[in-house]
Amino acid sequence: MFSTNGNNTPRIGFYVCHCGHNIASLVDVEEVRKYVATLPGVVVSRDYKYMCSDPGQELIQQDIKENKLNRIVVASCSPLLHEHTFRVATEKAGLNPYFFHMVNIRENVSWVLDNREIATEKSKDLARAAIRRVFFHKPLEKKTVPINPAVLIVGGGIAGIQAALTIANAGKKVYLVERDATIGGHMAMFDKTFPTLDCAACILTPKMSAVKSHPNITLWTYSEVEKIDGFVGDYHVKVKRKPRYVIEDLCVGCMDCIEACIYKEAKYPDEFNQGLSKRKPIYIPFPQATPMVVLFDPETCIDFKSHRCKKTCIEACDRDAIDLKQVATYENINVGTVILSTGFQTYDAKLSPQYGYGKFPNVYTSLEVERLVNASGPTGGEVITRDGKRPKSVGIIHCVGSRDEKSHKWCSRVCCMYSLKLAHLIKEHTGAEVYNFYIDMRTPGKGYEEFYDKLMNEGVHFVRGRVAEVTDWAIIPEEEQKLTIRVEDTLIGVVRRIPVDMVVLAVGMEPKDDASEIRRLFNISCSNEGFFLERHPKLAPVNTFTDGIFIAGACQGPRDIPDTVAQAGAAAAECLSLISAGSIELEPNTASIIEKYCSGCKSCIPLCPYTAISFKEDIKKAYINEALCKGCGTCVAACPSGSILQNLFEDDQIFSEIDGLLKFAGIEPEKKEVLHA
Amino acid sequence: MRYLYYPGCSLKCTGRSYEESLLPVFDELKIDYVELNDWNCCGATAYMAVDEAKAFAIASRNLALAEEQFKNEKEINIIAPCSACYMVLLKTKNYLDSNKFELAKIKAALRESGLNYEGKVRIRHPLDVLVNDLGVKEIAKAVKYPLKGIKVASYYGCQTVRPISTFDDARDPHTMDDLVKAIGAEPVDWPLKTRCCGASLTGIVEKVGLPLSYVILNEAAKRRADVVATSCPLCQFNLECYQTNINTKYQSDLRIGVVYFSQLMGLALGISPKKLGMDRLFIKPEIVYKAVKGGETVYV
Repeated sequence: MFSTNGNNTPRIGFYVCHCGHNIASLVDVEEVRKYVATLPGVVVSRDYKYMCSDPGQELIQQDIKENKLNRIVVASCSPLLHEHTFRVATEKAGLNPYFFHMVNIRENVSWVLDNREIATEKSKDLARAAIRRVFFHKPLEKKTVPINPAVLIVGGGIAGIQAALTIANAGKKVYLVERDATIGGHMAMFDKTFPTLDCAACILTPKMSAVKSHPNITLWTYSEVEKIDGFVGDYHVKVKRKPRYVIEDLCVGCMDCIEACIYKEAKYPDEFNQGLSKRKPIYIPFPQATPMVVLFDPETCIDFKSHRCKKTCIEACDRDAIDLKQVATYENINVGTVILSTGFQTYDAKLSPQYGYGKFPNVYTSLEVERLVNASGPTGGEVITRDGKRPKSVGIIHCVGSRDEKSHKWCSRVCCMYSLKLAHLIKEHTGAEVYNFYIDMRTPGKGYEEFYDKLMNEGVHFVRGRVAEVTDWAIIPEEEQKLTIRVEDTLIGVVRRIPVDMVVLAVGMEPKDDASEIRRLFNISCSNEGFFLERHPKLAPVNTFTDGIFIAGACQGPRDIPDTVAQAGAAAAECLSLISAGSIELEPNTASIIEKYCSGCKSCIPLCPYTAISFKEDIKKAYINEALCKGCGTCVAACPSGSILQNLFEDDQIFSEIDGLLKFAGIEPEKKEVLHA
Repeated sequence: MRYLYYPGCSLKCTGRSYEESLLPVFDELKIDYVELNDWNCCGATAYMAVDEAKAFAIASRNLALAEEQFKNEKEINIIAPCSACYMVLLKTKNYLDSNKFELAKIKAALRESGLNYEGKVRIRHPLDVLVNDLGVKEIAKAVKYPLKGIKVASYYGCQTVRPISTFDDARDPHTMDDLVKAIGAEPVDWPLKTRCCGASLTGIVEKVGLPLSYVILNEAAKRRADVVATSCPLCQFNLECYQTNINTKYQSDLRIGVVYFSQLMGLALGISPKKLGMDRLFIKPEIVYKAVKGGETVYV
């Protein structure tokens, strides 16, 4: 029946871990050890301070050799943490690693209970269940599958750009898919970057053109991932390329068509400039757009609405690049790994009506002011308010949509620093008095606190307190025709009214509106607030719970450019690490069909979430592709004839475990086997 | 749907014209209501400040009475027009809903007088009922004399949407403005909709209360409001009756009508000012009277 270590009878080694004080402080490990020693089949029973340490693992290996053990049970922490460690240790001693089984008496016992007696009893029950279970364990072989070395990156902001270049420079193929007409993301909109004040465009645009010209990168802008299936190493992806009504390969970005557009004046809000300037129905998002290709906005182009335009744009194009009948096309690609770098959106300041955004024209969001101070922005870098004046006083309100019970509870991490940067730039451009209204200044980072210090020396005012409201209600003549900021200055303990010409709302970062659709598409999780969830916040920050899918940048949580770039590098390294290994081992806990029992009813086929089950027409039986099977067990439970078997979760294994948990411990496992046969 | 009507003390004395105008408006709009039997004082803010437990007990008696009276109805909606009553009842309900230990004590106290409280009552403000249950479209349809050209500063006071906002935005409420639009008048956009009028301080510490009322009236006048509409008896009293004192203190010449929103609605629905209790006003909003029926009828 059992075919290992030259012995058919189970010879079980049991080890209970103290985990320092984590387990031993609540569980009487000695008692557990003594109890398990009395159970049938147990040859060795030990307790040890740290089973996961080298000496702990050696203990197991030595016992396997000396006592001819053929089953190992360790009672310690969660299998998520150390199952792999112990399986490797078991394998090193010459035993098939699937003869090892783990019992979690830390997360399931000592960390959640407070009574020593109950905790010890529960540990004994769990250990007994495992001892019963391993009687029926079988040796299993891992399967290896090759890794497709191509990588899909979704989102072409600075995170996607950085990851794409890293992977492409390592000689691997990258598909970079961007939803908008150009790559660059939010960073392309910024003027300067904190704390060094180097120009965002100067450091970003060389990377953008490197992406465009890199032989290993296929860049698809104005495109979206429509469908993805497969598994790590072999994902099949369908990408939709939305029509921009211009043939990308022919357009050289001369912009003659824009000049020739029937609209002589630009009249539609320019998305890139946050609506502060106007564009025509045919446009280029911004001067350094990559690719440098124009696109049509069918919502505003006359020809799409009435079909009666003179089409002067087509006449103007001497390369015949305009195709108003263009339709969406689809690309099908195969990749081994995926990086999601889909970014963030800023908080909608209209949702905090007390700050008057959308009501008072001189209230701006920080992103608008980024464009306003930008030399390539709508005013050429002149800070001029919507009513055409140069402000003499400006108030910057921190934490709009951050650290707020009524909107978002989290700190957006970047707003303190970018507010300082904007304060500096506004002062530099206008000489205005600038007030920062903050709750706490959060400036952790290299050179950040020094930057804050510099700003204080520049004479920027700092008022500590959450602003109550921005109002046009004037009490004294100085407040007439101005916006008055009402705030409790918590350092001096009075309510102040500060009249200003311009208000900047430091809006926070939040998940994109459709983040949860993207999450479902790629089968990953998100945290409470809607940002994508990492596998472990400290030790696996760019991994997800789906193998081969990684996350980078602000789609995972608010972060600044340095952190985003670092994370993009980490995600790229994770992909390259898988690619370098060439193949990956799949867990053998897969399901298979026992053909002689299968009636061919097909009930299992639609249930499989991984489309791993197909139907063999010639013999009228179901068939499970083990490379696709994730071992979820849905088909096993659903099969009416019980003809699906799942490795590591076979009936006798599970029933014995249950028997062990229940306290009718009188029946010997050998007899149970007969009962289940 | 049938509503329970909880007037509270103000609507029976100092704020009589609120009741006198609200009930005819309800009748005109076919809103079915019946007064709560044997109701008692809500305790107002004063009792809450002295002894919270007793304040909750006294307020919850009204909720228990409501359940008793409407025990055969599907829903129990109790309309509390006075801001203080509305806020105190709402606060009591929220407190009892979320505090099982105190709930048991209060229930025991209610049992002493043969009452029971199950937590089934919904506390409603008339603005909520008019805008969200009936709807501004229905109201607009019923309007006979639209208040054309009249600028109304809607003043909600501090208690209608705060600290608990169940039917409107706590920072920028709009339901009264919606009603103002529905009756053909023009709402004034102003930032002091929920600013404190001085409340009971105006009567006892005048130097604190008066400036608070002053800024509200001053801003309404500055924004060319013809009349201020309120939904709170105390706000109406403070803002209207102290205008002489305010003018003396600030050398101003404020003279602006302060009425209940229900009085404006009543006029638009064709009810006479006398029936709406408007003869009780110190400052008669003549300009509004003129707007009704194109100034043909001049009310006294």
